[in-house]
Amino acid sequence: MSQLLTVNKPRRTAELGLLLVALAVGIMANALVYINMARRFDTDFYSQSAILAVLSLAMHICVRLRAKYADPIILPVAVALNGIGLAVIHRLDLGSATGDNAGPRQWLWTSLAVIVAIAVLWFLKDHRVLRRYTYISLMASVLLLLMPLVPGISAGDVNGATVWIRLGPFTFQPGEIAKLTLAVFFAGYLSSNRDLILLAGKKIGPLQLPRTRDLGPMVVAWLASVGVLVFQHDLGTSVLFFGLFMVMIYVATSRISWVIIGLLLMVVGGAAAISIFPHVNKRVDVWLHAFDPQYIAAGGYQVVQGLFGMANGGLMGTGLGNGRPNIVPLANSDMIVASIGEELGMIGLFAVVCLYGLFFSRAFRASLGARDAFGKLLAAGLAFGFALQCFIIIGGVTRLIPLTGLTTPFLAAGGSSLLANWILVALILRISDAARRPIDTTTPKEPEEVTAA
Amino acid sequence: MNRAIRNSWIVAVALFALILGSITYVQFFAVDSLNNNANNNRQLMQNFCSDRGAILVGGQAVAESVATDSSCKFQRTYTDPYLYAGLTGFFSKTAGQTGIEYSMREQLSGTSSDAFFDRINQVLTGAQPQGRSVELTIDPAIQKMAYDMIPDGVGGSIVVMNPKTGAIIAMVSKPSYDTNLMASHDANAVSAAQDKLVKEPGINLNGSSAYTQLYAPGSVFKLVDTAAALASGKYNKDSVLDNPAQMPFPGTSYTLPNYQYGQCYTQTKATFAFALENSCNTPFAGIALNLGQDAITKQADMFGFNDDTLGIPSGVTASRFPGVDGKLDGPELARSAIGQQSVLVTPLQIAMMTSAIANGGVQMKPDLVKAVRTPDLKAVSSFTPETLRTSTTPEIARQITEWMVSVVDNGIARAAAVPGVQVAGKTGTAEIGDTGLNNSWFTGFAPANDPQVEVTIMMPKVDVATGAQLTSPNASKLIEAVLKK
Repeated sequence: MSQLLTVNKPRRTAELGLLLVALAVGIMANALVYINMARRFDTDFYSQSAILAVLSLAMHICVRLRAKYADPIILPVAVALNGIGLAVIHRLDLGSATGDNAGPRQWLWTSLAVIVAIAVLWFLKDHRVLRRYTYISLMASVLLLLMPLVPGISAGDVNGATVWIRLGPFTFQPGEIAKLTLAVFFAGYLSSNRDLILLAGKKIGPLQLPRTRDLGPMVVAWLASVGVLVFQHDLGTSVLFFGLFMVMIYVATSRISWVIIGLLLMVVGGAAAISIFPHVNKRVDVWLHAFDPQYIAAGGYQVVQGLFGMANGGLMGTGLGNGRPNIVPLANSDMIVASIGEELGMIGLFAVVCLYGLFFSRAFRASLGARDAFGKLLAAGLAFGFALQCFIIIGGVTRLIPLTGLTTPFLAAGGSSLLANWILVALILRISDAARRPIDTTTPKEPEEVTAA
Repeated sequence: MNRAIRNSWIVAVALFALILGSITYVQFFAVDSLNNNANNNRQLMQNFCSDRGAILVGGQAVAESVATDSSCKFQRTYTDPYLYAGLTGFFSKTAGQTGIEYSMREQLSGTSSDAFFDRINQVLTGAQPQGRSVELTIDPAIQKMAYDMIPDGVGGSIVVMNPKTGAIIAMVSKPSYDTNLMASHDANAVSAAQDKLVKEPGINLNGSSAYTQLYAPGSVFKLVDTAAALASGKYNKDSVLDNPAQMPFPGTSYTLPNYQYGQCYTQTKATFAFALENSCNTPFAGIALNLGQDAITKQADMFGFNDDTLGIPSGVTASRFPGVDGKLDGPELARSAIGQQSVLVTPLQIAMMTSAIANGGVQMKPDLVKAVRTPDLKAVSSFTPETLRTSTTPEIARQITEWMVSVVDNGIARAAAVPGVQVAGKTGTAEIGDTGLNNSWFTGFAPANDPQVEVTIMMPKVDVATGAQLTSPNASKLIEAVLKK
């Protein structure tokens, strides 16, 4: 017991305690919706609360059995966010003039997503297995990204973007899953090739330039981003993919030169996009002049109404059920942050943003602790991608940057996003388990920095 | 590698710091400017569906928010809407707000800055926001009595006020309408009702015609001439005025005839008393021509003409002298002096003028709001009489009062007399073009030595006989009713 190295404890009981708090947050938020909107507590309320509790506890037990040393904060944060999202979507259904009924579908998707996450955690005993599927992941990413363009399963142009497919009664955004597969590909490719990329290439001043052939995957990433923008009109996802790759290549090489090249590419691409694509140009115009008469009732309506809603909420919020978030178009998906800001106030929205911050910080922590380059890269990529996604959508809603249609993780109505984010939870739990698990003392202890030099 | 991971984390945290900053900006620093944005109808909708304070008259709510089952939690409901439509106005989501509903909106919705601690309290206790109630100075019995005096089909107005305080005791006009139609939650019904109401002549959705509609004042304007004459020093109470039957204007074919009813034609010279008692035209035209346009304008201003800023607290349409004509020539000035040409007044303006005379030359600010009460009925502000301006000297006021008493005692306003009370009054008959119809006026107060009540009655587009019957006798009844209280 007098070791200098602190031995990580499983902390599963802490996780259970936090999980109960998280469940209480979600269920009580939903209860507030019932009370403030003058609804009787019906069987839906009790069954849904029970489902959420059972699913979370099932996931917790799965973690106990299969990832004993996993980070104890990640699961409760995800459950809390998901619970808040369910309550707000329910509230928006009740306030909807057009009779939205996104709530039950969201419950269904939540259940499915958590079950898939449990399955991933159960069957994926070691994240390094994924490394074998590096190029399959690339193929899968390309296929997933192309799916919305395939006639027959394409759901066509929805709110200006062609990112949906239709399978029977369900619509699905394959791009959400593609974020994960792309991260797996980048992590696999970079962990295998980082030495080559690092050591070869000309040096100009302080900048170590990469060899042209090593630029290949970067070009692929750039093309993927541009392709998404050109063919699917999805600016947010395009920026997200590119940011994801930028960070992963930076983590892999520690070379700021890559970041500079990447940022230059992004600036060039962005400038070109603004001048070539009218929809991008329009988004920027709307962003800059949202309150101008020609935009306020048209392109700027959504963001301006969102801002009005948030201002209406002010510091303390109107209280769940007492605001008018339904005025904002897409109040339960793209603009759910504005709905939360209006009814829970700046304080409530800060709490949500802090949960996001906690989530990606724990993911970065898993990345730091991971003992293999693949795990580090994957966790860092997923963590930064998650943070960037939050930034793009919340920044868009608050008019910090142009509004682009990205989903708000765990909160927004939409099954594909939930599924992708719960798989993300499983992956991060898996990597953090590997990171925190005490090294088996029966085998010789590896030097800490062998893989992470 | 770990350093790069840490740096990436720092970048992510920096991005989050930016969004925390932008959230703070939107939800804290920019709140006022966003809430006040012209395109923001949230506050309105919030108020529209919230528990707005009641508007009270004599302790009874004439406008209140009634809880409903719909998502819009409260329905604004008006009891006795026709009687109070011109005062309360209405609160509509799509057609705007008028009257007290508009002018006292911050108090009624509880969003006024002095209700800040109420709101904090609501936040802390989780109570639903609740507005403050506004109690009016109106006496419901007098209001009803005055309303019933205007025959249906005659678009008349009556103003009864306390000349010493400015408190409005009754203010009615016809035609009126059902404000509940405009407060419906059904936007289509509201717009249908609005379309129908704006087409009905005489209905003014902005407020009672008594303070929003302009009419030719006719002879009641002669009180302005009289005050101007005495103030100029060129005339005194014993002055003898020219009273020709016709006043010719050299260089023009126009002649101003004297008032054809009454005794004017019996003498060619007149005292102020005689000229006022019989409402002769030519003596006052002569005064105006002698003093000049500017002197009359100055006196009119001192009585409150041309004032765009008055609110009771609902905005009052400014009365106009000299009106659209600007610089008046001789005939125009002569006609303006007898309240014709383009001189236009609200009935409230005439009531204010008479009240100033009654109150020793000091004009009190007319007001409809007696008290503002918190939801637990504590008064946060109550009526305090406010001096608006000095209209004339006490001596001149006393002198005009004396003449107005003789108008009722000996002149053409005899029907306004109240047994045992000295009533001061003045009538007016403004011709409307060549229609043969007139705007028939009475304005006066009582008791003359200690004025308690001022009454102004205006009946538009009536013949002389009907006008005489609808004005002075009704004034007598109203004065009697108020003094009996």
